[in-house]
Amino acid sequence: MDTTHSQMNILLCDDDADDRLFFKEAMTELKVQNDLKVFENGSELMDYLHHPDTLLPHILFLDINMPCKSGLECLKEIREHAKFKNLVIAIYSTSNSEEDIEETFTNGANIFIKKPSDFSLLKKAIHHVLNINWQYHTDGLNKETFFLSL
Amino acid sequence: MKLYIKYDINLACRVILQEQLEALQIKYELMEFGEIEISDSVTDEQFSLLQSNIGRYGIEIINNQKSQLVQRIKDTIIDMIYEKDKLPTTTISNYLADQLNLSYGYIANVFSEYTYTSIENFIIIQKIERAKKLIVEDGLTLTEVSYKLNYSSVAYLSAQFKKVTGLTPSLFKRIVDKRRELSQNA
Repeated sequence: MDTTHSQMNILLCDDDADDRLFFKEAMTELKVQNDLKVFENGSELMDYLHHPDTLLPHILFLDINMPCKSGLECLKEIREHAKFKNLVIAIYSTSNSEEDIEETFTNGANIFIKKPSDFSLLKKAIHHVLNINWQYHTDGLNKETFFLSL
Repeated sequence: MKLYIKYDINLACRVILQEQLEALQIKYELMEFGEIEISDSVTDEQFSLLQSNIGRYGIEIINNQKSQLVQRIKDTIIDMIYEKDKLPTTTISNYLADQLNLSYGYIANVFSEYTYTSIENFIIIQKIERAKKLIVEDGLTLTEVSYKLNYSSVAYLSAQFKKVTGLTPSLFKRIVDKRRELSQNA
């Protein structure tokens, strides 16, 4: 019942090296204890998720624009499996058209982040997402109706 | 003679916890990362028995007064949101201070120290959660929801919903409906 001693397990999948580096930096300033695992493409991520020893992470950040296996493809594939039902998935994209947002949520995303161009804004967005997600996790809120768009 | 054994510590702990919880007839769900979700209330007697029974195996319930206080604050707030007649006539800060018999400053500090959020934020998130349930499960209109949750107007509820989720209530509803359709066709 006490949650302060557990840590947040976070996955990140992004093909862009700068973005990955930046994301790692944003993590170091987070108040909640965390463990970040990073993947460079969708196949690597899916292999990890399907591995029998893998513990379900608290949240997965997925870049929508990746070569080979896109974020949207990964999202759909993950949602086909009942064991990933409670995995919170945050998609980030350069688009913020209402159609894209609606499609992403319909396909099973919980969080849609319009990638800000400014690093400090992105950091703020990541922190906000993780705080809200921590709330959902610690208070056992319903993840099926958990949507956040920013 | 020497025997060589191999064991799975994680599995061992889970089995011990299952057996001990079942022996005390506590309804539970084992989560990952060392968490147990208790679905019913646990009596003080059950709690101390559990504590000593699993203590023999070196398993300890992480527990301290402050985190218990945080749980009580949350329970009080959730009660307040889910039972309309409990909505305080005074301010929420006075209400919490009264109910918990502590100063609001202390309550607010402990709360943010442990949850990384403020009481105000917690209340807003809980209210929007309730609004979602009323929309999705009970099919209430926004007007009905705003009345039920004591919002001064539908516009204010819509604005707060948008602020917390980033979506308008109508887009939220559309997405939930579409997802249902998808899962029924699958």
